[in-house]
Amino acid sequence: MSRQSNRTTDSKKMNSELFTLTYGALVTQLCKDYENDEEVNKQLDKMGYNIGVRLIEDFLARSSIGRCQDFRETADVIAKVAFKMYLGTTPSVTNWSPAGDEFSLILENNPLVDFVELPDNHSTLIYSNLLCGVLRGALEMVQMAVDVRFAQDTLRGDNVTEIRMKFIKRIEENLPAGDE
Amino acid sequence: MDTRFTRGKSSILERPLTRPKTEVSMSAFALLFSEMVQYCQSRVYSVSELQTRLADMGQSVGASMLDVLVLREKNGKRETKVLNMLLFIKVNVWKSLFGKEADKLEQANDDDKTYYIIEKEPLINAYISVPKENSSLNCAAFTAGIVEAILTHSGFPAKVTAHWHKGTTLMIKFNESVIARDKALDGR
Repeated sequence: MSRQSNRTTDSKKMNSELFTLTYGALVTQLCKDYENDEEVNKQLDKMGYNIGVRLIEDFLARSSIGRCQDFRETADVIAKVAFKMYLGTTPSVTNWSPAGDEFSLILENNPLVDFVELPDNHSTLIYSNLLCGVLRGALEMVQMAVDVRFAQDTLRGDNVTEIRMKFIKRIEENLPAGDE
Repeated sequence: MDTRFTRGKSSILERPLTRPKTEVSMSAFALLFSEMVQYCQSRVYSVSELQTRLADMGQSVGASMLDVLVLREKNGKRETKVLNMLLFIKVNVWKSLFGKEADKLEQANDDDKTYYIIEKEPLINAYISVPKENSSLNCAAFTAGIVEAILTHSGFPAKVTAHWHKGTTLMIKFNESVIARDKALDGR
């Protein structure tokens, strides 16, 4: 009923700590289930991808944002609308490549890593790798193939957390004949 | 054991325990949780194994939450009485995790070791806009794990299981020793 009136604000909020700790429990479990960090990173990315594929629908429905004209607009929407809506934080967009096909998201606070310290024996674990999968999966659903990876991570001693995103190509729509 | 600790890589220990409340979207949690359930499901053969796995994950959440909550809300003082401990869970733990108190806390009529925490709306519904036709116990098993860890780590060893009864009921069964100690404390 209230769908029209407050489309942008009707996403419910919850305490981020339960979210953070639940994510932590998941990563811990993956570390137990898999032999090495690489495998865990891969699994996190895969799970993130699955989430992204579903999240984009939720996002488009709530935000009433139309198609982005270019990659710069995409970057802005990701940082200012999507991150804000889902994680309650707004990363800054910087380090554009001259061609405008690559940029960095600088995360001042990453809600996934509250309370988290990486033990020394997990130095190659990309703790928040789920986020890369989410971004990749969500953008794929709007016909953008994008490479996403962590360039810096405060958990590993860097000063900031930086997610690097590179536009690869536009995915051609191959809709079956007769489908709109 | 040394590998548990890191040296100077992060400033986590210098951050204040009481922080401004930060919030994330429930959709984010719902999607993450659903992915977790699917992951667990892919590695088990039965529903009960699945629930055990979810409960295990809940345990690690509960264990981390306990210390923070005790320091924030209780000035670092732990509960020693069963009833106070249960109220701490019903009120403080529930409020900080789910934003509201648990609906009901009851003691079994016929058994002084058994208590129930009852939620009319299963917690899974709080995060998913469409209630599932086939309601499963998944989410509640996770919550049961959280509660079990909080009780056990506070010195009240107990088994917590989730059931469908008047909504979702978490059944808490304390160890004999806990009840015996409580009675001894009463006598003093």
